[in-house]
Amino acid sequence: MRIDAGNMSFRELADAIKNSSDKETVVDGCIGQRYIATALGKGRKIVISGTPGNALGAYLDGAEIELHGNAQEATGDTMNAGEITVFGSAGDATGYAMRGGRIFIEGDVGYRCGIHMKAYRDNRPAIVIGGRAGSFLGEYQAGGTMIVLGDNIGAKPIVGYFCGTGMHGGEIYLRCDKVPVKLPPQVKAERVETLPEYAGSLVRQWCEKFGKDPLIYTGKGFIRLTPDSDNPYKRMYTGN
Amino acid sequence: MAAYVYPEYEVVRDRTKCINCRVCERQCSHGVHAYLAGAKTMTEDSSKCVNCHRCVCMCPTHALKIVKSDDTYKLNANWTCRTVNEIYRQADTGGVLLSSMGNPAEYPIYWDKMLINASQVTNPPIDPLREPMETELWLGARKVSIERDEKGRLRDTLPVQLKLDLPIMFSAMSYGSISYNAHESLARAAAELGIYYNTGEGGLHRDFYKYGANTIVQVASGRFGVFREYLETAAAIEIKMGQGAKPGIGGHLPGAKITADVAETRMIPEGTDAISPAPHHDIYSIEDLRQLVWSLKEATDYKKPVFVKIAAVHNIAAIASGIARSGADVIAIDGFRGGTGAAPTRIRDNVGIPVELALAQVDQRLREEGIRDNVSVVVGGSVRSSSDLLKAVALGADACYIGTAALLALGCHLCRSCHDGKCNWGIATQRPDLVKRLDPEIGYKRLVNLVTAWKHELEEMMGGMGINSVEALRGNRLMLRGIGLTDRELKILGIKCAGESI
Amino acid sequence: MLLREGQFRNPSGCAVSAVIDRSGKPMSGERMIRSISIMRDRSNGLGGGFAGYGIYPDYKEFYAFHLFYDSKSARQETEAFITRHFEIAYSSEIRTRKIPEVTDEPIIWRYFLAPLSRKLADSHLDEREYVARCVNRINVEIDGAYVFSSGKNMGVFKGVGYPEDIGRFYRLDEYYGYCWTCHGRYPTNTPGWWGGAHPFGLLDYSIVHNGEISSYDANRRYIEMFGYKCTLKTDTEVITYIVDYLVRKRGLTMEEAAKVIAPSFWTTIDGKSEDARREETFLRRAFPSLLVTGPFSIIVGYTGGIMALNDRLKLRSAVCAEKGDIAYVASEESAIRAVEPDLDKVYAPAGGEAVVYELYDKAEV
Repeated sequence: MRIDAGNMSFRELADAIKNSSDKETVVDGCIGQRYIATALGKGRKIVISGTPGNALGAYLDGAEIELHGNAQEATGDTMNAGEITVFGSAGDATGYAMRGGRIFIEGDVGYRCGIHMKAYRDNRPAIVIGGRAGSFLGEYQAGGTMIVLGDNIGAKPIVGYFCGTGMHGGEIYLRCDKVPVKLPPQVKAERVETLPEYAGSLVRQWCEKFGKDPLIYTGKGFIRLTPDSDNPYKRMYTGN
Repeated sequence: MAAYVYPEYEVVRDRTKCINCRVCERQCSHGVHAYLAGAKTMTEDSSKCVNCHRCVCMCPTHALKIVKSDDTYKLNANWTCRTVNEIYRQADTGGVLLSSMGNPAEYPIYWDKMLINASQVTNPPIDPLREPMETELWLGARKVSIERDEKGRLRDTLPVQLKLDLPIMFSAMSYGSISYNAHESLARAAAELGIYYNTGEGGLHRDFYKYGANTIVQVASGRFGVFREYLETAAAIEIKMGQGAKPGIGGHLPGAKITADVAETRMIPEGTDAISPAPHHDIYSIEDLRQLVWSLKEATDYKKPVFVKIAAVHNIAAIASGIARSGADVIAIDGFRGGTGAAPTRIRDNVGIPVELALAQVDQRLREEGIRDNVSVVVGGSVRSSSDLLKAVALGADACYIGTAALLALGCHLCRSCHDGKCNWGIATQRPDLVKRLDPEIGYKRLVNLVTAWKHELEEMMGGMGINSVEALRGNRLMLRGIGLTDRELKILGIKCAGESI
Repeated sequence: MLLREGQFRNPSGCAVSAVIDRSGKPMSGERMIRSISIMRDRSNGLGGGFAGYGIYPDYKEFYAFHLFYDSKSARQETEAFITRHFEIAYSSEIRTRKIPEVTDEPIIWRYFLAPLSRKLADSHLDEREYVARCVNRINVEIDGAYVFSSGKNMGVFKGVGYPEDIGRFYRLDEYYGYCWTCHGRYPTNTPGWWGGAHPFGLLDYSIVHNGEISSYDANRRYIEMFGYKCTLKTDTEVITYIVDYLVRKRGLTMEEAAKVIAPSFWTTIDGKSEDARREETFLRRAFPSLLVTGPFSIIVGYTGGIMALNDRLKLRSAVCAEKGDIAYVASEESAIRAVEPDLDKVYAPAGGEAVVYELYDKAEV
């Protein structure tokens, strides 16, 4: 099924997508329509071109989204399962509170990517970012994996400030040499020369999607960030 | 130099009645009671006592009581014993004072400063026992367009609404902060009463999906347990923006309370901390709230009303007005006396405003702006009785949330120690030996009893006013008069002074 | 100083009566004067009034404004306002008959008006809304002026006194209309002002009402959201606005409006047919704040018809009767028998049951 989103309201477009029984739905000329593919389940694939509105793939539950263009804010909000691939960049709070599934971004992400991402049983959420990430990457991260590849970022740092603030689970890989500035003391940074198998497979998947050479992107050393279990956040409470 | 603080309450044992049965010892999770085998007598350490009254209630010979200690520092109206003790505790530990349940400080209780009207001569009272009396209502947006079908019949253009048999719901208390058995009691009672309970932010246990038709599920900043099935199972969805006991503060359920079952319900690994950030990080402004409201509606095919719960803060009327334009169906306002499983004492006791004032202002503002039909208004934060409930409805509420009152019905004795996780009544604990003390079979019946009793009282008072439908009570402020209030307070509440005709 | 109606809430008991000739044949106001006088014990001399429909055939295209003035300056100010907003087809003082029973009357004027077309176009309002707003502005903004009737080809006549005296004072025996309603009032306080008497009129709606409703403030605070201002604080006023809102602004029929104002109990609705259940449930859920509780019996007069309605518990009396083309509604059967001893049919409608009598040919008016 092919839909020309043109002048459609978000609700018309969402209904058209929901009501389609086709496995693959192509949406052209998307312009600002929010909530596309909300809570959509397994077995569906939505291919979008244009600029969808906020909350693309919120509560996604197994469907696959492919976006040719940039994503705005809150992509994959509270996503449970499925896959979102963005041939472009994504805005703030991408993958907020994501519990499962994968997000692949060709370019950059805005502030607070993967904030409060958490893992649960077999659900291991992952975000792979081709370019750079804004500040507060992985804030409150409680589980899952985030990888930032730093492609085409020039002289800019691979992540902004306060990376991993409040992190208490999961892991972040940054493809760079230097530990990010102003890392909170509760986050432990270590250098890894070769990516562990799982992270490596995520990067290879990213390369395959965006036509990059995996040797280049898995070869270079990474900085791995994890919560420092020896130095957790402590707020001393006194019973009153 | 840890300062010894003399216990605020003393356990007093009448040794002539005590039979050394050691029930108190077994019942106390705090280790207050012990048996001295040598002396063949019971002993008690009042410093460990939280005054939950479990031992008092369980003692077969009524040998125990708990009294306020008469030990005191030199009396000082400014530096009260409580204030001094808090300073000692903080000097000992460097800790932030942590408290549970609602604000116990002495602030005006506006419910108690409003009096209810009754009919005399010019208009008849109604006998609720014998004549029809309607307490049921529909909750949600009420904006309709008048459209007709080809036969000229009116079309149903109403947005989705919730039907309540009376204007009471059980407020949000998460699994984790309270026990499985407490949740089961609430869920079953809600189903029997034709009302709703609220999961709080800790997800919905698999066993309770069967009560979905009477369940409001919460979506808080931590998004614990939020996924498609959770949303679809519920009757309504509540976005938690704030809580009356701790406005502007997130939540932190320590890993120790994340047992296997709680972890499964929250959909996080066992033993990890469950942190709810202070804000929703996809909501930094009112238009972002609209985004979350609509994404939830979109996720549930517009079949579920969406509530937005906020704490009563200074600018509440303007905030509510923004929410009423966000697509939300219900605004839930939690007053500063609302309960909590744990909150910093200073926040609980000093932040926010009484819900009575917040409600009066919100209802009035929404009417002035002509958008009262966009939303229903639900209030909570210490609704203690059916008369509080009636006054809330007359001020303009569609319904009330009750939390503390419901817990009291389940056995809570307001010892305000939920944060230690050792609740002897099996409510605010995850310890299996304590949880099993709360029998859901008994718990749910006590809740049904409480709410049914309130319903009778509500009907009685409505009948006295000559009102036989709760719809005609809502916002009927002429039925209230203030007593002992300043002109300004009366103006904020939008009511006249007792003795004043209109 | 004695408070005026509107400055306090004045619970009242009352008598109501109405008659309509469904063939459209005009009758004089004398019949209603006789009818209401039978129920003298239901009034206490502190208010009475009438509404007549079809009484101004020569000016039926114009809005007939009836005004009370406290002073000449109030009249001048009001006439300046009227001139800015309307074309005046005819104006004069209303002719009255001086009788000893009626005293302290204000200055009473009548105007036949058409909105200035330019002003109306600029306002982006429909004509009736434009007129309603002008009435509201005079009543709220001009001290000492009060519009108590503003419909086309109809008029309200009211004052402080027993209704039969008020009728004679206004010489209603000289007016001819196809429909009349009237009201005798028993206020618990003295209204201190002629504007406080009933019927209450808004455009061509006139309402007479008996009882004290208990839902008043719930209804008032809701209806005021839609631009109404309850200045008189009377039940009649708020019920008029509710009818106007539901029928004129929202497009419900009179019968549907009655199902909002005096709906069946939920348990009763549950036992009704599918269609009725759907309709009544929708109306109750959509307009819960317009449910009126407490005792009331009302008669709504409007162009071409009347609707009578009791509260759903039927806490006030109402009797309907028919004789040929003529239909009657009154608080007591005696008030009908007094003017028509030989009736074809007499019955008491159930609580919440709307009784509507309309002209056979509404186009006639």
